[in-house]
Amino acid sequence: MLLALNTSISFVTNTNWQSYAGETTLSFLVQMAGLTVQNFLSAATGIAVLLAVIRGLTRKSTSYIGNFWTDATRSVLYILLPLSLLFAIFLAGQGVVQTFHPYVTATTLNGTEQVIPLGPVSSQIAIKQLGTNGGGFFNANSAHPFENPTPFSNFIEMLAILLIPSSLTFMYGRLIGSGRQGWTIFLVMLTLLLSGLAVSYYSEFNYSKSDGLNLIMEGKEARFGPGNSVLWSVITTSTSNGSVNTMMDSLTPLAGMVGMFNIMLGEVIFGGVGSGMYGMILFIILTVFIAGLMVGRSPEFLGKKIEAFEVRMAIVAILSPNLVILMFSAFGSIITPGISSLNNPGPHGLSEILYCFSSAAGNNGSSFAGLNANTPFYNILTGTGMIIGRFGVMIPLLAIAGNMAEKKITPSSDGTFRTDTWMFGLLLIAVILIVGGLTFFPALSLGPLVEHLLLIK
Amino acid sequence: MTLLTGIIYPVLVSAIAYMVFPFKSQGSLIERNGIIIGSELIGQFSDNPKYFWARPSVINYNPLPSGASNLGPLNPVLIERTRKQENDFIQINSTPEGSVIPGEMITASASGLDPHITPEGALLQVNRIVIARGMNMKEKNKIIGLINNMTEERQFSLFGEPRINVFLLNLKLDSLK
Repeated sequence: MLLALNTSISFVTNTNWQSYAGETTLSFLVQMAGLTVQNFLSAATGIAVLLAVIRGLTRKSTSYIGNFWTDATRSVLYILLPLSLLFAIFLAGQGVVQTFHPYVTATTLNGTEQVIPLGPVSSQIAIKQLGTNGGGFFNANSAHPFENPTPFSNFIEMLAILLIPSSLTFMYGRLIGSGRQGWTIFLVMLTLLLSGLAVSYYSEFNYSKSDGLNLIMEGKEARFGPGNSVLWSVITTSTSNGSVNTMMDSLTPLAGMVGMFNIMLGEVIFGGVGSGMYGMILFIILTVFIAGLMVGRSPEFLGKKIEAFEVRMAIVAILSPNLVILMFSAFGSIITPGISSLNNPGPHGLSEILYCFSSAAGNNGSSFAGLNANTPFYNILTGTGMIIGRFGVMIPLLAIAGNMAEKKITPSSDGTFRTDTWMFGLLLIAVILIVGGLTFFPALSLGPLVEHLLLIK
Repeated sequence: MTLLTGIIYPVLVSAIAYMVFPFKSQGSLIERNGIIIGSELIGQFSDNPKYFWARPSVINYNPLPSGASNLGPLNPVLIERTRKQENDFIQINSTPEGSVIPGEMITASASGLDPHITPEGALLQVNRIVIARGMNMKEKNKIIGLINNMTEERQFSLFGEPRINVFLLNLKLDSLK
C-alpha cells in the first residue's frame, strides 16, 4: 500500500525512485498504462512549466502566461511521442525485449531452470530516457541486459538522456530572442558536467583498490567497463534521470560524491526535461540580484526589474529541496527505522541516507541501492520529499513568472548588466557552487570525504 | 492521453519490433533440440567444470529480481567475498603462478545477469576445461582459437570494452568435436 503510494508519487513527480522491483512486483498493464503514461506526462509537465516561465519573462504588462494543457499536449504529441517511437524501435533492434509474451522458463546448460522475464520493455525504456524519468522496467535498471544490451545502445541511451534538456537551452535562447543567452547557459551546464566527470574518472581509475583487491568491476557490467559506467553515473545524476548502468553504491567514494553533489546542486546541470532549465532560471535570478548588489545597480533581467518578491520566491524554490535533504537525512541517521535499512557500515552508511533523500528531493530517482528503501519510514519520507522537491520549486517559480509578466520592459542601456557574457557565465557557476557547497559541505565531509580518506590511508 | 501513450504506443512498438526484429525483440531466446536453453543476453550460472563460467552473481543468475551487492569499497563483507572469489578462481582453474586475475571474474556485476567476461577471463579457464573434457593439445588450441573468434571488440571500435559472451561460447564449445 505504502509502496504503491510511493511509486505513484515517484512517477508523477518525474523522480522515478525505485522502491519496487519491476520484474517481480508489477504487471505489464501497470508498467504500461501506469508508469509509461506518467513518464510522458511528467516530462511534458516540465516543458509546460518552463514555457510558462519563459512567457513570464518575455511578455509585458499582462497576467497571462499560456495554457498548461495546450503546452503539455503539444509536448507529448510533437516531441516526446515521435522521438520515443523511433528510439524504442532502435532499442528493440539492439536486443531490448518488446513483447507481451509471459515469462519463459529455460533449461540452462547446467541443467537447472532459469525463468527469463520478458515484457513491453523497449517502449518504456525509450520514454524513460528521453523524458529524464529513469524508472526501470527491471530492478537492475539500465544495467539489465534486457534494458541496455550493447555498448551502442548504452551510448544512444546516454545521448537520449541529454537530448531534450540540452536542446531546451536553445529553445530558451530562441524564445527570448537571443541565441547567445541560450549558449551561455548551455556552456555553463557543460562546464559543470565535465568538471564532475573529471573528478569521477580520476577517483574511479585511481582508487578502486581496497585491501589489495581490484574492486573496479564490482557493480559494473563487463560490456560497459569502468569508463562508460562512470560517464553514465555523471550524466544520470546531472540530468534528473536517475537510471543507472552501474551500481552507484559500489562506486569509489569520490565518484559517488560527484553523483550526490550533482543532484544537490538542484538538478540544473542540464537537469530534467524542462525542470533543469527552469531551475537554472532561478539561479540566474539570484546571480543577477547578487551582481546587482555588488556593483550597486538595480538588478534587471531581460529588461525587467528583479525585486524583493522575485528574490524571495527564488530563495524559497532553491532552498526547499535542500531543506528536505538535510533535515530528512539528519532525521534518518539518528532514529532506528532510518538506520536499520543500511547495507554498509561507517561513513558509507551516511552516504546511503544522504543520497536517498538527495535523490528524492532532486527528483532524480537513482540510489545507493543497498539502502532498503521499501520500509514505511522511507516510503513516507521519500514520498514527502519528492513532492516538496517538485512542487516546492514549481509553485514559487510560477509565482515569479506571473509577477514578471505584469512588469514593463525597460530598454537596455550601457548601464545594464549583461547576462550573455562569459563573465556572467562564471558568476553563475560560482553562485551555483557556493550555494550547493555551503549547504552541503559539512554533510559530504562526514560521508564520502571521510570514506575517501579511509580508503587511501 | 492514457490510451495513446499507455496502450496504443506500446502496442504499436511491439508490432513493429516483432515484424522487423523477430528474434531480438522476443528476448533473443535460443533453442536446442526443441527446448529453450536460455537467452543470448542473460548470463547463466555454472559449476560444471566442462564449461566456461560467468562472473560471480549476487542473485546466482536467478533473474527474479535482478540485482547487485551494493557494497561499498571499504565494506569488510565485500573484501572478504572478493578475496575468497579470487582464491577460488585461482584454485579451480589452477592458474599459472603470478597471473593477474581480471577484475570482473572476482566481482559481482550490476545486474547479476552479466552475460560477458573479458577474453583474459576466458583464457584462464581453458586448462580446467581441457582437463575436465579429457582433451588433447590440438583440441586445446581449438578452444583458444574459439575464444579469439568469439571475442567481440569495441562496438564500431569505439563503444564499450572487448568482451566475450559466455553462453554462446559454451554452445560453440559443445559443438566442437
